[in-house]
Amino acid sequence: MPAHQEGSSPRPSSLADLFWSFTQLALQGFGGVLAIVQRELVEKKRWLTPEEFMEDWAVAQILPGPNVVNLSLMIGDRYFGWRGGLVALAGMLTFPLLIVLALAALFAGVSDSPGVQGALRGMGAVTAGLIGGTGLRLINSLEKNVMGALVCWALAAITFAAIAWLRVPLVWVLLGVGTLACGWAYRQLGKVQARVMPE
Amino acid sequence: MSESLTLNLTLADWLALLSHFMQLSLLAIGGAITTAPDMHRYLVIEQHWLSDSQFTSSVALAQAAPGPNVLFVALLGWNVGLNAGGGQGGGALAWLYALLGVVVTMVGIMLPSTTLTFVAARWGHRNRERRWVRAFKQGMAPIVIALLLATGWILAVGHGTSVSNWPAWLLAAVCALLVWRTRLHLLWLLTAGGLLGWIGWI
Repeated sequence: MPAHQEGSSPRPSSLADLFWSFTQLALQGFGGVLAIVQRELVEKKRWLTPEEFMEDWAVAQILPGPNVVNLSLMIGDRYFGWRGGLVALAGMLTFPLLIVLALAALFAGVSDSPGVQGALRGMGAVTAGLIGGTGLRLINSLEKNVMGALVCWALAAITFAAIAWLRVPLVWVLLGVGTLACGWAYRQLGKVQARVMPE
Repeated sequence: MSESLTLNLTLADWLALLSHFMQLSLLAIGGAITTAPDMHRYLVIEQHWLSDSQFTSSVALAQAAPGPNVLFVALLGWNVGLNAGGGQGGGALAWLYALLGVVVTMVGIMLPSTTLTFVAARWGHRNRERRWVRAFKQGMAPIVIALLLATGWILAVGHGTSVSNWPAWLLAAVCALLVWRTRLHLLWLLTAGGLLGWIGWI
């Protein structure tokens, strides 16, 4: 179980480091920040293992509110308490907010031009690929999952079909497939425990 | 944001805006963008605080700009404030109202959900060794991956499923492969996508 090891794994050195790291993440994230968070925090800075990232992401996803905002809050809070949470949040929002407002003020009339519309479409298609590719990268981390590969694939396939093709509201998918998955994981964890500590 | 409206918002209106967004905050499971349809219903259809084109261009602009998607909410607030302050030509007063709009909508959409997240995540982290907390995390892992793939899929077909959109699908698929298999910097991909779109290939 990837419990967080204080001290042994890389971590932000100060609140300022946290702020600028999240600012950097946010400013690279066109059309959403998730792909960048995974690459920077997990693969480059190694503040999180892939498993920790997915665990935190699952929590950020199931709680209401902007996911990446929730995620920054959780990560910041873990390292520096509530101040860290607020600082990570501020890093994620301050500069992007200023930029988007400046864009709104400057380009109010330009956004209808075919060139800009085309560029928006092109970047939208890239964003779709970035998010999908992030999902593909994380598949490896399922190897250690207690539910086993077959069940993991089945759960992923059902979720994908329900959301992408059938357009089932997210809340029903999470309640339905999520409950099933957590129940199965609970059972499997029990078996593992029984093997480790036979009564 | 071509056509704008002229509004006269009272304190009660601002409070209504705040409380509506605070409610949406707690309903925004899966991200703020999932509540966009309801924001459209409230701001454009019910209250007439925003024009249709102001709403659409706010979402598009926030998607194109760097940062979390939730910033489209700030732009909605910005435009409501601008309309309340006399539109683009309203001068300093219009900018002040626009900033008020940003503060009201962003505080509304963030405060309830972040407070809840803060408390829940701390609780979950403290109890992370409990069997059912671990079961939740392990159980959700494949679902999270599937959600990422599904989000990519939905965004890729978002511009329509007609065959004429094949360049956009191809671009999305190639980007997914590059992200999966290489460590190419993501900004290169976005720049390339923007340029391809600009010259009209996408």
